[in-house]
Amino acid sequence: MAEPILTLSGVHADIEQYHILHGVDLQVPRGELTVLLGRNGAGKSTTLRTIMGLTRLRRGEVRFNGASISGMPTPQIARKGIAFVPESMGIFALLSVRENMSLAASSGPIDEGRLEWVFGLFPPLKRFWNRPAGNLSGGQKQMLAIARAIIEPRELLLVDEPTKGLAPAIINDLADAFEELKEQQASILLVEQNFNFSRRLGQSVAVMDDGRIVFAGQMAELAGNEDLQQELLGLSLGAHQ
Amino acid sequence: MLNAILSGDHPRSRILSALLLVIFICLALGPFLFSSTRAFTTLGMICIFIVVVASYDVMLGYTHIVSFAHTMFFGIGAYAVAMTIGAMGNSFGAIGLGILAAVLAATALALLLGLLSLRVKAIFFALVTLAVAFAFMTMVNQLYTITGGEDGLRVRVPRELGPAFRLIENDLYGFSITTFLAGLFTQPWNLGEVIRESVYNVRVNGRVVMYYICFFFSLGMFLFMLRMMNSPFGRVLQAIRENEFRAEALGYRTVYYRTATVVLAAVVTALAGVLFALFNRYVNPENTLDFELMVFILLMCVIGGMGTMYGAVIGATLFLLAENYLQDVLRVLGGYVDGVPLVSGLVGPERWLFWFGLLFVLSVYFFPKGMVGQLRVWADARRRRREESG
Amino acid sequence: MSAQNDTLDQEVVRGFRQRFANFREHRPHLFLLALMIVIPWFFMDLATWFTLTVSGLAMGLMLFIMASGMTLTFGLMSVLNLGHGAFISLGAFSGATVIVFWMNDLAGSGSLGATLLALLAAFVFAMAVSGSLGLLFERFVVRPVYGDHLKQILVTVGGAIIIMELIHVIWGPSEIPVPRPDLLRGAVILDSTVPLIGGAAVETYRLAAVLLGLLVYGVMTWIIDRTKAGILIRAGVESTEMVEIMGYRIKLLFLGVFIAGSALAGLGGAMWSMYQEIITAHMGETLMISVIVVIILGGLGSIKGCFYGAILVGLINLYIGFLAPVFAAVATVGLMVGILMWRPQGLIPVIKV
Repeated sequence: MAEPILTLSGVHADIEQYHILHGVDLQVPRGELTVLLGRNGAGKSTTLRTIMGLTRLRRGEVRFNGASISGMPTPQIARKGIAFVPESMGIFALLSVRENMSLAASSGPIDEGRLEWVFGLFPPLKRFWNRPAGNLSGGQKQMLAIARAIIEPRELLLVDEPTKGLAPAIINDLADAFEELKEQQASILLVEQNFNFSRRLGQSVAVMDDGRIVFAGQMAELAGNEDLQQELLGLSLGAHQ
Repeated sequence: MLNAILSGDHPRSRILSALLLVIFICLALGPFLFSSTRAFTTLGMICIFIVVVASYDVMLGYTHIVSFAHTMFFGIGAYAVAMTIGAMGNSFGAIGLGILAAVLAATALALLLGLLSLRVKAIFFALVTLAVAFAFMTMVNQLYTITGGEDGLRVRVPRELGPAFRLIENDLYGFSITTFLAGLFTQPWNLGEVIRESVYNVRVNGRVVMYYICFFFSLGMFLFMLRMMNSPFGRVLQAIRENEFRAEALGYRTVYYRTATVVLAAVVTALAGVLFALFNRYVNPENTLDFELMVFILLMCVIGGMGTMYGAVIGATLFLLAENYLQDVLRVLGGYVDGVPLVSGLVGPERWLFWFGLLFVLSVYFFPKGMVGQLRVWADARRRRREESG
Repeated sequence: MSAQNDTLDQEVVRGFRQRFANFREHRPHLFLLALMIVIPWFFMDLATWFTLTVSGLAMGLMLFIMASGMTLTFGLMSVLNLGHGAFISLGAFSGATVIVFWMNDLAGSGSLGATLLALLAAFVFAMAVSGSLGLLFERFVVRPVYGDHLKQILVTVGGAIIIMELIHVIWGPSEIPVPRPDLLRGAVILDSTVPLIGGAAVETYRLAAVLLGLLVYGVMTWIIDRTKAGILIRAGVESTEMVEIMGYRIKLLFLGVFIAGSALAGLGGAMWSMYQEIITAHMGETLMISVIVVIILGGLGSIKGCFYGAILVGLINLYIGFLAPVFAAVATVGLMVGILMWRPQGLIPVIKV
């Protein structure tokens, strides 16, 4: 098995006085889409923020491409090749779509060929290119958020709940886009609550509870075992379908 | 007994208690311990500014409201009484009317500012008060027909508060500490002579009466505010300071509490302004309204220790002593580095404010709780060490 | 038929009213500016009005230059720098040093090239001195208190005291007269044949200040709108965290903006020194009041708002200063209070405060 692109070992982190992560061990395989599942408050978002250096790491280690990135400032982590789409999407509402994208291309001007490819994934962005990003709909904002993260080739993509609050049709579009990213052998860590969406995309999966990883394995394993789902996620797929 | 007077809020540090006791004794016996007029004036100013700074601390320290309009309220008090006396003559009636006018004007303006701070957020309050206070000062400067403009107003106090009036026909005796200490160091072999030289006559005139009015006002107001801050009202203020959101969620209308604080501080400082006018017998924009004075109040409050009340006593005393006497010290120091460019400029007597600015910035970084806070930290550490060892 | 006409008329009126309300609500800065310029027509003759308006613009543009740095520092880093005024004073003294002591001959020569050279040197020197001090100020005074407004207010007030005392040490405690360069003395008088505003006189220096101010506004607008640095600044005003996530070092951006803001305060101070023709270490303190009114009016963090706010303050100062001098300062603050009542976030809000 190839070396994982990202490894977390024994990661502890706090938000203000609250201890949120209690020793997270997680491996993200290279070139695969990994889904991080878990109920609200399990520490999924905090895990992503800790990887990005936005939440201070108290103990443990984060290794990216074999080298430790623990305690580095956020910009430096980003420049190592990690893109992050936060739950809030972090759209600059007063900037135009174009300006949002040009900032995302942090190493120079936007590559035209790659931009065309992104437009292919998310056509609305081309239509609203010069409009303020604040005027986009929720789904379009999510598209812009992901587009910003992939406008330059990044080795690892962290996405926090992209389907949150979106209509089913738009979720489908997003899933198509992720399928295409997968075909490009991108390494992706996706935090999700939507199990159907996760099941469709995920190759590996990890489940969090109470600030720890309680299950890690192949998605097929989890998807085929309803008892395990019941135990880990407390959901019954029957009710969802 | 003492517990009741201090509302259960003790200095909680031996050094602090000692300092406060020394200050209390010096102020209480002031005219009988210091013979010079300069010292007399400084003591009176300390009494008045303890109230001004303590009321500022109610806002800044206990509620984290930064106001730059405190001098405006101080000036309202001072000008109100100066103007009523100017118009009606030097009677106690005029003073009473002046006090009434000052309280009303201060309340109204503070309510207005408070209402404005309902609409704009906390950070704006500092900026808005700065602008409003400046506009007020400009008005006072411009409307010289009634305010005397930059020249200000002389305050003719009633005869009973002036130097010509004698409360007690015979002179009393005072004991000059400064003379005594100076003698003790220069001719300790001659103790009897030194003690004899230190005794001086005190004429208990209207000025001394005025001083004691200031002193008892200061004492009363200080204890009153100490009580306020240790009452449920004060606890709510501190809760708002620590977590406004939570206080609001608990059902306290934070806005009302904030406005009440601003009004309270405004009225108290306006009263202090009244006494300032009567004690100083001269008001002008520079000694009541200037932005520099505002900054001084801020310095006194922060260096003394925000949110401690006792900090106001320490801060005001220290600052006013520095303002009046640090220049002398710097003049002596300046003698040593005379001729060294820049350094001699920095140590010169008129540069005392530079050092205070530096002290201020450093104290915000390293002793954010000011002198009182730091003394308490040390006292706590000491107590803990003792508990651990014993 | 007539009834129909009535309703039709009402339609038009409603349409107009609605358009007016629309304009008032969506372009409050232009609405106020128009109001501010038109109302004085009823109180003075047009030639006077013209003189005052140009002077008000000059004052406003200088205020804009001084205030722009402070509003950006607040918008981007949420730092309330009450020591900003000290940089204005410092710029004034540095600029005056060049004009009065180092290049007096050039400034007094009367030749266009020499005058421009002296002015350029004065402005560049003022910006360099204020900018470098801004670097130190950000590093040693402001950086330790990012995120804590109360401490920011305290340490920047303290920092301002230190800077002003240093000015006293270097330049002495007394006022320094700053004569304008010969070429910028006197006034331009419009020919009396010009309709309505014929005979109006405008001081040359104020005209020059208007030109320079517009130039600075133009350059700043270009930087903010078109360059990557500008996009970064605007993005940072919205979310510093996201800017960092994209790999940009926000601390460098902070530092850059703080230095630029301090340098602009210095430039404004240098321009003001020749406008007032006399400088004191406390001038920055007094100007801070107007600067604060300007940035609150405009909406903290907004360059455009700052521009319009500054012009409004400049105009009201000159108009009221002419009609009822006693109330000039009160009118300025009254304008602020009024606008806060109407729009608590300022004219062009960009950040939630």
